[in-house]
Amino acid sequence: MIGFEVETIIAILLGVARGATPLVFAAIGELITEKAGVLNLGVEGMMLVGAVGGFIAVVATGSPTVGFIAAMLAGALLSALFAVLVLFLHTNQVASGLALTIFGVGVSAFFGLKYIGTPIKGLQAIDIPGLSDIPIVGPLLFGHDIMVYAAFVLVAVTAWFLNKSRWGMILRAVGESHHAAHAIGYPVVLIRFCAILFGGAMCGLAGAYISLIYTPMWAENMTAGRGWIALALVVFATWKPGRALIGAYLFGGVTILQLNVQSLGLDVSGHLMNMLPYIATILVLVLISRDETKIRLNAPACLGKPFRADG
Amino acid sequence: MIRFEPRLAPSRVMVYGAPILAVCFTLVAGAMLFSALGYDPLNSLYLFFIQPISDSYGLTELFLKATPLTLCAVGLAVGFRGNVWNIGAEGQLTMGAIVSGAIAVTWYDSTSMFLLPIMIIAGVLGGMAWAAIPAFLKTRFHANEILTSLMLTYVATLFLGYLVNGPLRNPEGFNFPESRMFGDAALLPLLFDESRLHIGALITLFVVLLGWFIMSRTLIGFQVKVVGLTPLAANYAGFNPKKVIWMSLMLGGGLAGLAGMFEVAGPIGQLQPVISPGYGFTAIIVAFLGRLHPIGILLAGTLVALSYLGGETVQMELSLPLAVTGVFQGMLLFFLLACDVLINYRVVLGFKRKAA
Repeated sequence: MIGFEVETIIAILLGVARGATPLVFAAIGELITEKAGVLNLGVEGMMLVGAVGGFIAVVATGSPTVGFIAAMLAGALLSALFAVLVLFLHTNQVASGLALTIFGVGVSAFFGLKYIGTPIKGLQAIDIPGLSDIPIVGPLLFGHDIMVYAAFVLVAVTAWFLNKSRWGMILRAVGESHHAAHAIGYPVVLIRFCAILFGGAMCGLAGAYISLIYTPMWAENMTAGRGWIALALVVFATWKPGRALIGAYLFGGVTILQLNVQSLGLDVSGHLMNMLPYIATILVLVLISRDETKIRLNAPACLGKPFRADG
Repeated sequence: MIRFEPRLAPSRVMVYGAPILAVCFTLVAGAMLFSALGYDPLNSLYLFFIQPISDSYGLTELFLKATPLTLCAVGLAVGFRGNVWNIGAEGQLTMGAIVSGAIAVTWYDSTSMFLLPIMIIAGVLGGMAWAAIPAFLKTRFHANEILTSLMLTYVATLFLGYLVNGPLRNPEGFNFPESRMFGDAALLPLLFDESRLHIGALITLFVVLLGWFIMSRTLIGFQVKVVGLTPLAANYAGFNPKKVIWMSLMLGGGLAGLAGMFEVAGPIGQLQPVISPGYGFTAIIVAFLGRLHPIGILLAGTLVALSYLGGETVQMELSLPLAVTGVFQGMLLFFLLACDVLINYRVVLGFKRKAA
């Protein structure tokens, strides 16, 4: 009996990691974009395009690696559209980001229609013989799919990049004061372009995680607002990668809680339980935004502001 | 070499020219998309844009779909002018439908002539209540209204799903997730026989005029514009930004709620798990395409409504996915935003001249 309970708890904890991983990728991508001073509200659209792009690639080739690469390319390609608009045509970033999401939802549904109901094989956990057989600790530490670990590596690298590396400092300088960075001679537009593309690629990857691993299938709008939750996570994390990771795991927990409440025997409508992540997002936003100075001190000072070298 | 050179003053011509240019670009890109998919581009465009409105029934359907788009967009545009980004009109529309629909279902055998007016008020209040949450969280806790209003859209849709699967499910409906059909007293009168166009379309015209009046002839409309254009000047003039936030969200939520009421008491006639094919989101495009001006929004709403009809036509005739509607709408907004650069900049061919 006790053995069964431990197994359930382990399954739940593994589920938390699966729920959190796409949020980590998307939030880190958006975090880098925002650190460079650009607000891209198209996360949801880029995730969907990544989800469908990765899925189509896997159906065509059977290789998850190709799928993830295709998803990153698809996300980056869509974000390039946004980059051209906001960086070269100086469009309103909020409106352009919304356009990106609307377009991404439409394009992904358009190209994905043929693939609804197509089965694919989900990516298996990497089983390290010996290590993952250790009771409790084994499956928790070594029983995930490779992307879960990749997300942790990404967070560590991003934290190092932003705080310790020369280019990370330059990226932050561009986000804090684009005119000062331009005056020193840094290529503001180029750096922002790269940051947007990186954000797009990470959102594509996040989408592919959902369509290839989380629920190995394609369905219209399958990201179900996770892109917007990732945007909220960046604010929650006050633009710090480590806190974005913690936030993502909290939300992963909420998602899994919602899935497991019914199996615990509580009679609550599935529709009402599904509201949990969205309500949690609102609560978290309220808690973090309450302190206005905290947000103002941590947000990149040039976030959302257009830049022109001559004006 | 193409460069953009700042204009000395914003171009009046391009303010109105940019939407027309954007529509042209969308047509060209659409033709390219159709031919890339292996269809005759001209015939496809004809099927998408002309055939749906080539008879009088098609025209009434066009105005039927333009009604919720225009209503939502007029409300949203007020907020966009004041830098209040309510993107949860879809949720507010859903709430308006839920509240008014709940009344219609509760008194389904009523024949009272007061039922419809009460449902209209309830729909508006339902939308307002849902928009009051982001307004409160924004003014009290500085929570970003983009994210809160959007999250509430998911909550509203799930709430509707819960209701039609539970408390409001038709007890005689074989467990289908639908409410009862509304009684005749809860349905909006039709404008023409043999059509689905209802009296809500006329009310929408009135709302458009009212929206124009508020924005151009009242103090609060002026305050919204000043807060949006120059927050510092608004602060100096003593305008209350919180008032603008509340006003924008109440107007946007109320009109979206009204649109939701029109949908359930008009073409749908009951509560269903899905009552809007994304009207609340598409209204964002409509608001920008209409230059955030109520009259412009009326024209833009009619044009964008065509993308829904066109999507249905090419789905039937060419068996293309209905999502082609979303692709066209997204392209339209992209091209519009891009063309807007021409308001403040002009295109210059050739290399930069040396200053004289």
